[in-house]
Amino acid sequence: MSKLDLIIVGGGPAGLCAAMYAGRGMLNAVLLERGIPGGELLNTEKIEDYPGFESILGQDLAARMTEHAKKFGADIRMENVEGIWKQPDGGFKVTTSNGETYHAPTVIITAGGTPTKLGVSGEAEYAGKGVSYCAVCDGAFFKGETIAVIGGGDAAVEEADYLTRYAAKVYLIHRRHEFRASKVVQERALSNPKIEVIWNKKVLDLTGEVIGLKTVNLEDTVTGERSALSVTGCFVFIGFTPNSGLVRDHVAHDATGYLVTDDRMMTSIPGLFAAGDLRVQLTRQVTTAVGDATTAAIAVEKYLTDLKTGVRA
Amino acid sequence: MSAMINHVTDDSFAAAVEQATGLVLVDFWAEWCGPCRAIAPILEDLAKSNEGRVQIAKLDVDANQRTGMRFNVRSIPTLLFFKDGKLVDSVIGLTQKTALQERINKHAAHAA
Repeated sequence: MSKLDLIIVGGGPAGLCAAMYAGRGMLNAVLLERGIPGGELLNTEKIEDYPGFESILGQDLAARMTEHAKKFGADIRMENVEGIWKQPDGGFKVTTSNGETYHAPTVIITAGGTPTKLGVSGEAEYAGKGVSYCAVCDGAFFKGETIAVIGGGDAAVEEADYLTRYAAKVYLIHRRHEFRASKVVQERALSNPKIEVIWNKKVLDLTGEVIGLKTVNLEDTVTGERSALSVTGCFVFIGFTPNSGLVRDHVAHDATGYLVTDDRMMTSIPGLFAAGDLRVQLTRQVTTAVGDATTAAIAVEKYLTDLKTGVRA
Repeated sequence: MSAMINHVTDDSFAAAVEQATGLVLVDFWAEWCGPCRAIAPILEDLAKSNEGRVQIAKLDVDANQRTGMRFNVRSIPTLLFFKDGKLVDSVIGLTQKTALQERINKHAAHAA
């Protein structure tokens, strides 16, 4: 492989957009993605807030972004990145679980986040056997059944509504007495006769049999009273944990692990840029991810030019 | 699609998997599932590099709902490992090639 200018870690909208700009800028770049490109788009049924597309399937937008990046020469490889390591020469080493090692003077990390787990007993045991973190992926396996959705933000409330297409009944369980979800999303869910909202309850544990999940055990956050719901599915939407742990050197982040950048998307490590969902910012949308990535890719070009001419930005 | 991968249905499942000898890995998948598309080339590679040690089969859960329900498949991709017709292991979700190779080694070691 000829010498790389840039390694992009993660193939969601931010990574694909960075690869597209890197290609247009004639950078020798590689994009490493553990699955197929698309990121969170693949966990979303419809995207209705991306300008120019009033409504498009998440997987269709993912395919279009991938084709667009490839048209400008993006080199996309299926690799599961294990670590990003700063090197003594100021560049970076990226290691993958296939045993590959990549070197480049710059990295854009667009690795997004992983759904936050409940952290209760039974959760890992029944993952894929009733416990799910993706309604679009797994909803169809719960036709006519009774399921629970955990959470109170946009994702939880929106997905509870989506899941009523398949499930006969959806308990929407939240540990507080009001949702954080936007009003329009809440109204749709609250007027859905298949949804029963259960306020002020947290999940104690999940129990079942070999075949799969049977019961969600709850505790009232006000009275401490315990109760149980018979369900075959439990969809968890309680937030995201950023995949910033891939950076193996000290890098500035906030209390929850989101990476702090300057206005060029550069982190506290020179040459390491961050874009998309794992960056500290007000909101995390497809539009903000591609915006970040555009800035990051162009900043990388300038950074590389400055390196060559001996001027530090 | 590789000729090494055997496409099975609700109707052929018993004969192709449950009455087969040796190790059979069944991939429960669907067209609309992104991780399933991601794991497909990995399974094709494994079918080639493990010829004679494991048979790899695919079952489309949209066209064949009975088998998925029988094994309580609630998420795809789900990979079920059958040894001499008996369910011995399962792997759920997109999994790296090395991890799948380890599972095959574990179960194929005692087979045939």
